[in-house]
Amino acid sequence: MTRSEFYVRSAPWLYTLAMFLLWEAAVHIFKIPTFFLPPPSAIAVTIVEYWGPIYRNSLFTLSTTLIGFGLAVGFGLLLGLAVGWSRAIYAGLYPLMIGFNAIPKVAVVPILVLWFGIGFLPAVLTAFLISFFPIVVNVATGLATIEPELEDVLKALGASKLDIMRKVGIPRTLPYFFGSLKVAITLAFVGSVISESIASNYGIGNLMLQAQAQFQVPLIFAGLIALAVEGIVMYWLMAVLEARMTGWAQRSGFAQT
Amino acid sequence: MSAFVALDGVSHVYAARGGSSGGTLAVDGLSIAVENGEFAAVVGPSGCGKSTLMKLATGLQFPVKGTVQVAGEHVTQPVKIAGMAFQAPTLLPWRTTLDNLLLPLEIVEPHRSQIRRRRGEYVERAEKLLASVGLGGMGSKFPWELSGGMQQRTSLCRALIHEPQLLMLDEPFAALDAFTREELWCVIRDLHAARKITVILVTHDLREAVFLADRVFVMSARPGRVLVERPIDLPRPRDLDVTFTPGFQDIVHELRSHIVRARQ
Ligand SMILES: Nc1ncnc2c1ncn2[C@@H]1O[C@H](COP(=O)(O)OP(=O)(O)OP(=O)(O)O)[C@@H](O)[C@H]1O
Ligand SMILES: [Mg+2]
Repeated sequence: MTRSEFYVRSAPWLYTLAMFLLWEAAVHIFKIPTFFLPPPSAIAVTIVEYWGPIYRNSLFTLSTTLIGFGLAVGFGLLLGLAVGWSRAIYAGLYPLMIGFNAIPKVAVVPILVLWFGIGFLPAVLTAFLISFFPIVVNVATGLATIEPELEDVLKALGASKLDIMRKVGIPRTLPYFFGSLKVAITLAFVGSVISESIASNYGIGNLMLQAQAQFQVPLIFAGLIALAVEGIVMYWLMAVLEARMTGWAQRSGFAQT
Repeated sequence: MSAFVALDGVSHVYAARGGSSGGTLAVDGLSIAVENGEFAAVVGPSGCGKSTLMKLATGLQFPVKGTVQVAGEHVTQPVKIAGMAFQAPTLLPWRTTLDNLLLPLEIVEPHRSQIRRRRGEYVERAEKLLASVGLGGMGSKFPWELSGGMQQRTSLCRALIHEPQLLMLDEPFAALDAFTREELWCVIRDLHAARKITVILVTHDLREAVFLADRVFVMSARPGRVLVERPIDLPRPRDLDVTFTPGFQDIVHELRSHIVRARQ
């Protein structure tokens, strides 16, 4: 490992550590009260103290997020392929999807509660609703940007639309698809936590809401940290998956030195 | 007997975007006849409809007026006997060079239904073809690991792998340096001689047109039609040295003056 490579490898940890140290220092220097902004040390103590509930609720949030995300991947892929396949479907669905995406998902949660009660299902569905749009858009974009020359080459060979889709459309869409998964998984967390903090008895969102009601500010922050950790781990998994599946699309050495 | 590729009084309009009236009249009253086994070159001012001519002849576009015939049949759908190569190599970056070459065989019958069984045979054919353009042993490389000239050669091979009767080349060498370009002229020349296929080459390089073609067609500015049809009777096989002879230069100058006039 060269020196510069060592710096790059350790940079994420060093920067994170630095952020916490600055935070800790700022709280002490400016004498910020714990009920306003607790220092990381206090949050760490809270995490240890409340490890049981934090752990259980994190798992709950993770499961609703992942199920919603899974649904989004399935439906997003199908809808993206359909939209990319036919200009009529594209023209028909696009305004609907834009409109749908513009609706704040917080506003949808009460309706979901009305239909499915509180708890598990609304959280899953909110995660699904909020995360499937970027997948659809990216898959459709990948299909819509096939080079016309390449299409001509294949058509002149007698290729059907399905042939072009299979041989060119889908493979070249994969980088867009896997790229969108990183965005989608992060959004899915947002969705499930929104739903949990409005209408659930479980999950990190609910834990934070209760902590707020009892003015346990360090516990609120502990919940935030738990979410951040889960988010980073899932994002990282998606990035690894992306690199594995579409290595050919990531040849650029930009920003690697 | 009619010509192998015959466009007769063809006009083509590209619809304006959004379906409003108007649109671009790309070619108008275009007639061209290319015999079986002939090497035809098409030159003309930029935007005069050369690429449109290629699309009409291969059934990728259909004329509003006139008829298009290939191999004695009216073109009503994309013709399946053509290989095409463009200025950009358009290789698939997720496939190796060899797999890029096999792509047409996965689409064209009868190879399509045989590729599973006879893959070994096809791979051998692809490797031979690569070797014939000086890319022997490069099959396992990905396109981005090849130079521009190598990619263009691969693209040529892809146009040829299914042994088409008709080869359509749209400025295939425009992006290459002079030496590589002349090397590839010779590759095309030899392929044409060996396979006796019909070739239609669009180019801006008059030396290229004269060196390779049996006949050069000069098109007018848009809307394009054929202004001049110049047979090139230089004896074959032609060597690169022929490009320095006065006879060759005279033809190039003559064509240049036609184009200058066409641009006005
Ligand atoms: N897909 C398209 N939609 C609308 N107009 C088009 C389209 N393709 C070409 N045209 C128009 O048709 C005319 C002829 O285009 P074409 O591509 O055939 O020219 P060309 O002779 O190949 O030019 P060049 O030498 O620059 O490649 C141009 O005016 C161009 O603007
Ligand atoms: Mg052109």
